[in-house]
Amino acid sequence: MNRIVNNTQLSENVFRMIINAPLIAAKRKAGQFVVIMTEEKGERVPLTIVDSDIDAGTVTIIFQVVGKTTMCLAAMKEGEDLFAVLGPLGTPTEMENFGTAVVVGGGVGIGVAYPIIKALKEAGNKVIAIIGARTKDILILEDEIQKTCDKLIVSTDDGSHGVHGFVTNVLQDLIDSGEVVNRVYAIGPVIMMKFLCEVTRPYKIKTIVSLNPIMVDATGMCGACRVAVGGETKFACVDGPEFDGHGVDFDLLMNRLRMYNDEEEEARKGCRCHE
Amino acid sequence: MKRRKPERGADVMSKKEKIPRQNMPEQDPMVRSKNFDEVPLGYTEEQALLEAGRCLQCKKPQCIEGCPVDVDIPGFIKLITEKDFTGAARWIKGTNSLPAVCGRVCPQESQCESLCILGKKGEPVAVGRLERFVADYERNTGAVQVPETPAPSGKRVAVVGSGPAGLTVAGDLVKCGHKVTIFEGLHKAGGVLIYGIPEFRLPKDIVDAEISYLEKMGVEVVTNAVIGRGKTVDDLLNDGFDAVFLGVGAGAPVFMNIPGENLSGIYSANEYLTRSNLMKAYRFPEYDTPIARGKNVAVLGAGNVTMDSARTALRLGAENVSVVYRRTEVEMPARAEEVHHAKQEGVQFKLLTNPVEYIGDENGWVTGMKCIQMELGEPDASGRRSPVPIKGSEFVLDVDMVVVAIGTNANPVVPVTTPGLETNKWGYIVVADGETGRTSREGVYAGGDIVTGSATVILAMGAAKKAAKAMDEYLKNKK
Repeated sequence: MNRIVNNTQLSENVFRMIINAPLIAAKRKAGQFVVIMTEEKGERVPLTIVDSDIDAGTVTIIFQVVGKTTMCLAAMKEGEDLFAVLGPLGTPTEMENFGTAVVVGGGVGIGVAYPIIKALKEAGNKVIAIIGARTKDILILEDEIQKTCDKLIVSTDDGSHGVHGFVTNVLQDLIDSGEVVNRVYAIGPVIMMKFLCEVTRPYKIKTIVSLNPIMVDATGMCGACRVAVGGETKFACVDGPEFDGHGVDFDLLMNRLRMYNDEEEEARKGCRCHE
Repeated sequence: MKRRKPERGADVMSKKEKIPRQNMPEQDPMVRSKNFDEVPLGYTEEQALLEAGRCLQCKKPQCIEGCPVDVDIPGFIKLITEKDFTGAARWIKGTNSLPAVCGRVCPQESQCESLCILGKKGEPVAVGRLERFVADYERNTGAVQVPETPAPSGKRVAVVGSGPAGLTVAGDLVKCGHKVTIFEGLHKAGGVLIYGIPEFRLPKDIVDAEISYLEKMGVEVVTNAVIGRGKTVDDLLNDGFDAVFLGVGAGAPVFMNIPGENLSGIYSANEYLTRSNLMKAYRFPEYDTPIARGKNVAVLGAGNVTMDSARTALRLGAENVSVVYRRTEVEMPARAEEVHHAKQEGVQFKLLTNPVEYIGDENGWVTGMKCIQMELGEPDASGRRSPVPIKGSEFVLDVDMVVVAIGTNANPVVPVTTPGLETNKWGYIVVADGETGRTSREGVYAGGDIVTGSATVILAMGAAKKAAKAMDEYLKNKK
């Protein structure tokens, strides 16, 4: 059992939860994740560790309400216990001073991008962050990222804040402006990561993506999370979740993410958390 | 409690062979293929007495030689004939801490029962069914007693993995007075007994009862602890554990690496069974985890896990379930009983058939499996005749779900995070010898599938018993 220390709504559908998990807090590195179960009958859901506080013994996750489990997570309150928290899982982000790194976060993926921005900065990189969302009200972590990176560019699809347009356009403009970019990190919706990889491909800028396939055990046992990278099958839970985006078969990932659409809809309808 | 050793002596032998081997009642195949309840229903007292009466109580019992954990088989059977069913269960538990499990999933036909003297002319004593009967009797009558443990030795042992090997080591070492902590990666203890073997073959209540028995003896069970990710083996040794047992199993699924294998609807057996057994997806939406319910299902392989997957698919509503295997029935590694049960329930067998490619629809869901016919050629390294493809024999099997159940590999998490732990080229942990389970790291022992590769519950338990003995010696001599 792991106690919830705090659960804060960041935007309409996005929440930040701080969980008591001292061992995970002490061990985790950027890019790793936890598996959470809200209750014994629940699903095992992987969520990236956004931050940790070793002294307080806590880890932070940021999640978007998309299905039954995240609906239940959103409804849980400070002082309640999660049935299971397992981690840290996955291979940490490869970290060194690459020179100039651009980290692009979209939507709830900004939460996943944040620890990478922090780690890159600590490793001595010049870090340019590009964060984007559909509209101003659902943009998260702008202040935190502003304080951490060297330069922040914000974009919204509707132009309500920052640059009017998509993060792909912002990245393209940045490259066109003559900025020497040594490495790009792209984290967000699958379709966004796919197109960001197309932006960087002609320039051969190594682009790391963080994949979010369906997982069950998340320890390398089941293969639910298999993805194709460079024509080879990899398990995102142990080989990833970060991969070289230029080799990733994003269409396969999108298909596999749709595998349980009907069941997910049924489970959502049966959820009583918000009543 | 001092146990009375049952007397052994052969008398009135001549009459005994007239009693036939007692069949165990089973759920009707057409009924059971629609539910997840246990298939065999267990002996009645009358049947158990009749069956136990068949045992010749040999002076030099061969059956014990066939048991990887050396259960005194004639001893417990003698107690059954005396109607001391609880005593019989406790007698087994002196050497085997999981009789209700072993009575169900051991391949007795190739172990104890294969050596029974009655089997030379007729049918051997049904040792497994009797073991199951007494273990169930003890549990169901609330007669389970926790044996007194000796004075604490002051030594602490970490057991990594809560499958058959880990549970056996924990049980044996706690009985020696050591403080035992089991670390389990999943949220529920039991390893393959929980995530792998289906409810209809091994009800989960039984596994829970066996684990709670260990807990009552003083074993601590920590779930959600993946050693190598959170704490490492070295962390455990630094935390004050005097010895570590690695019973982490061979948990990584094997795929065939053929085109289309990542299409939706294609599962590893590990995923399919974990969803159904551990996550209880067969009770979706009561439980949140979903599982595909294929109409036309192919299950690749021919082991017990293949049969478990095929029979699970039937229970989840499949109209056609085919086991697809590249050799013939003779070479199948599954227990004969499992194959028999699968056939009874309507599983079809497409033998001498090997998949070469999958075909999917516009949504990326599997719709067909291209196969090639095989014929048997010369014997290979395993001594079995190796299958050879027949040119031009390709055909497409219509499927909307596939389970790949062709084996497992070592999961590298513990080996790669434990410096100095020697592994072989397949990633299995190297032990000094099968009698001790000693690894290349001092104080670290291993047993079960992570040493041998995929095998059976009872072989893992046998290796674990030997490791526990060696660990006890090590702990006694350790300052």
